[in-house]
Amino acid sequence: MADSQPSAPATVAKLTPSIIKRNKALSVGPLKASATLGATLAFLGMRRSIPMLHGSQGCTAFGKIFFIQHFREPMPIQTTAMDQVSTIMGGDESIVEGLATICAKHQPALIGIPTTGLVETQGADVPRAIQMFRSRHPEYAEVAVVPVASPDYSGCLETGFNSAVKAIINALVPKATAAGTRPGRRPRQVNVLAGSALTTGDLEHLKDLLERFRLRPVLLPDLADSLDGHLVDNDYSALTIGGTPIDELATLGDAAATLVIGGSMTGAADLLAKRTGVPDHRFPHLMGLEAMDRFISTLAEISAEPVPERIERQRSQLQDAMLDAHFSIGQGRFAIAADADLLVAFSQLLASMGAETVAAVAPTNAPSLAEVAAAQVKIGDLEDLEQLARANGAEVLITNSHGTHTAERLGIPLLRAGFPQFDHVGGWQRQWIGYQGSRQTLFDLANIMLGLHKGEIAPYRSRLKQWPSAERQGGSFDPSIDPAIGAAVA
Amino acid sequence: MKQKDIAALLDEPACEHNTKAKSGCAKPKPGATAGGCAFDGAQIALLPIGDVAHIVHGSIACAGSAWDNRGSRSTGPTLYKLGMTTDLTEQDVIMGRGEKRLFHSIKQAIESYDPAAVFVYNTCVPALIGDDVDAVCKAAAERFGKPVVSVDAAGFYGTKNLGNRIAGETMVKQVCGGREPDPIPAGIERPGFKVHDVALVGEYNIAGEMWRVMPLFDELGIRVLCTLSGDARFHEVQTMHRAEVNMMVCSKAMINVARKLEQAFGTPWFEGSFYGVADVSQALRDFARLIADPDLSARTEALIAREEARIDAELEPWRERLRGKRVLLYTGGVKSWSVVSALQDLGMSVVATGTRKSTEDDKARIRELMGDEAVMIEDGNPRNLLDLYRQQGADLLVAGGRNQYTALKARIPFLDINQEREFGYAGYDGMLELARQMCLTIESPIWAAVRSAPPWRSAGQGAAADAPAAQSRARETGANAVSGAGADTGAGAKTGANTNVAAASSLTSSIAASQAETEAAHG
Repeated sequence: MADSQPSAPATVAKLTPSIIKRNKALSVGPLKASATLGATLAFLGMRRSIPMLHGSQGCTAFGKIFFIQHFREPMPIQTTAMDQVSTIMGGDESIVEGLATICAKHQPALIGIPTTGLVETQGADVPRAIQMFRSRHPEYAEVAVVPVASPDYSGCLETGFNSAVKAIINALVPKATAAGTRPGRRPRQVNVLAGSALTTGDLEHLKDLLERFRLRPVLLPDLADSLDGHLVDNDYSALTIGGTPIDELATLGDAAATLVIGGSMTGAADLLAKRTGVPDHRFPHLMGLEAMDRFISTLAEISAEPVPERIERQRSQLQDAMLDAHFSIGQGRFAIAADADLLVAFSQLLASMGAETVAAVAPTNAPSLAEVAAAQVKIGDLEDLEQLARANGAEVLITNSHGTHTAERLGIPLLRAGFPQFDHVGGWQRQWIGYQGSRQTLFDLANIMLGLHKGEIAPYRSRLKQWPSAERQGGSFDPSIDPAIGAAVA
Repeated sequence: MKQKDIAALLDEPACEHNTKAKSGCAKPKPGATAGGCAFDGAQIALLPIGDVAHIVHGSIACAGSAWDNRGSRSTGPTLYKLGMTTDLTEQDVIMGRGEKRLFHSIKQAIESYDPAAVFVYNTCVPALIGDDVDAVCKAAAERFGKPVVSVDAAGFYGTKNLGNRIAGETMVKQVCGGREPDPIPAGIERPGFKVHDVALVGEYNIAGEMWRVMPLFDELGIRVLCTLSGDARFHEVQTMHRAEVNMMVCSKAMINVARKLEQAFGTPWFEGSFYGVADVSQALRDFARLIADPDLSARTEALIAREEARIDAELEPWRERLRGKRVLLYTGGVKSWSVVSALQDLGMSVVATGTRKSTEDDKARIRELMGDEAVMIEDGNPRNLLDLYRQQGADLLVAGGRNQYTALKARIPFLDINQEREFGYAGYDGMLELARQMCLTIESPIWAAVRSAPPWRSAGQGAAADAPAAQSRARETGANAVSGAGADTGAGAKTGANTNVAAASSLTSSIAASQAETEAAHG
């Protein structure tokens, strides 16, 4: 059943997990959020942008609810609203009509067109439809239109996100040779391609860090500017209220460097590097001391600035937190279900604290799963997670809000992370990364572990003890005074 | 409390410390004293009595900073977990309303919680303004028909140790002998199986650890009439005088209780510990020996043989992981040797042990266990402990919770052995928990990471800018000759000829370097 993994070089002692593929027909308690949603999310991080999902209107309606519940923000998302006729006869007209309608009503800077399973199955040729739109509507030539193939039957949220970023680069970042961009011409500019595992709080922190090194961050996309939950003067906007400005994309080729966070962003990163020649620095994640040391060293190198004292202080605060937390996190047994990047990050953070990831589940396979610090990774759903967690004696669950019931049935606590988080406020902006974010994460994990009261010794009721009459078996007592007695007697 | 009463309590003939030049416990030295006051000692000694309303008569700091912060566990009542205080205000003090407030407080506690008894702990402010706590307690007891016990141990009377003694004395004088023990439950005694009554003094059921020992007593037919004071009930303390044997558990603080009970009721007593396989067995043997029931002795030996064989097998995998690890132990009194044998039993070597509160007798036992070369730590100030830790190339510091953060700040593995801990180590099975907790910290992967210096410093990047700050930090810790030397060689080797960078290496790298040295030294 287990995939044979490419054997690691003899010098590398680290074990790669075996990947257990999906082996059942029915997905129960799906973990996967679709690639379509991932692509949609990327477009929501562009300024004056609106994604128009090419599919039936339900594809958009469900996705909209998904993001509204998670971010607690209105969501500018439109649909080509495919019906029976367009599904059979071809949806090109729907695309042209949809684009023209949005352009006329809202004057966007960018319209993204993530495709759905429906239209990819149908065989839609979105680029051709866009050409039709261009020739019919020259008056909207200024509006950028970016198609991306993101059918929900392939990949998951993080892969769809990468695909859309790649599509944006492909459509809007000019070739260095053609545009005359030159890496380093803007010596303080640094491009950031951050995967979908990073929250808006994470992204804000990233920007802060870069600015501390007197660098100018350009995030693609910039969810921290659009979905960070801020109020604006306008009471309503049909478009995104922030995000990466489209005209910034022309400057990416002049940046000194590109930072890539998350293995899921490899495709987009490769394309950007190829197109612009800007050197990039790739990080699987930014949780824990080791990952952050590498990241800060890189910033110091790129900026040629000394590491600010405040960051060194934060580093030593994280070290102190590791000391405080290792007693309770150490030997802990965790079950994690998440997209690959988040799974890698959490499992490595836990391993660095002496805890074990005894159940690891990812919704789809990904090359970066080789970095997961666990014996095996199951490609599957929350039912798989539940079974593995139970079989392997997991003590704490880390997954999205759907894990609530899993955790209840397992009788173990849940730490919410990933998409969606619909039963909590603020999950979308919680900071996991950085020295500070890692520190808070360790404290939260440690507190959850402390709440388990591990090592608790069960009360022993000696038959010889001189029990007060109220405490004797079957004796009368007042449970309002001492509920614990009742529990012991019962 | 009168000065002569305090002097009498300090003169404890049963304590070995009395035979030395300085009789009794040393006086606290202003400016160089750690540890609690007499009120603290009295309160912690009695607080685990579960069905009593413990009222602290005083202004807020005494109860406010101390309630519900210890790990003593109960099979039933939770009343003892509830902090109660008269919370005296400035008006109470000026107008002398303290006594009245106390009287009403006792009334309120009895009406709201129907406790088995009320204990009133006196504190500095009412002691100073002359509240007659004894009289209020007597009046309240008469009025409300409940035992109300005055524990007069205001903080300025002396140390925590004195407070322990005052508490013990109060129990012996005011509570013990209050009633006769319950009859043995029917159907337990039979020919060849007589139940014997004993009492434990100075055992607090920390983290419920006695629940690992009580089943053994049950099996042997030993009834613990009363524990002073872990998981005790007021009416159990009342019967304490009927014990056939008393055991002083792991502490000399309440040795006066054992001695006074011996004087008054002729009860023999011994000193023992439930930490470590050998000590648990020894304690059981001592009970059998003093009770002198040949049948019990035979059953005790059988039980010891069975349990030791079982635990020995269960500990074997832990020994594999802990063998050869070097421990610096810093605890007081009996634990200074009782834990040594427990650690040695796990294949570990104890490189030094604290003897600040130990007696000559304790020290003799230490020499017996660790050899004549045994390093004894008289002064356990943090600087000393850390220097010794490094000199001895230790892998683990085992000490009280107050040293926990000293250890962690110095980035060394630590195990909390004192009263605030969350894990129970008593009894045969407690050894498994002890081994597990030691492995958890020693084997944790964090040590290299928390000792690491920021990578950009060793690369020379930004080191110059930080040099002044780092140097001043290095000066602060410069007193430590061991790690100072480590810093020079370690950082020098890492960064080559760049003296600027070597100077910039601060505490972090000095620790890492000296740690690396000691690790290299003993493999």
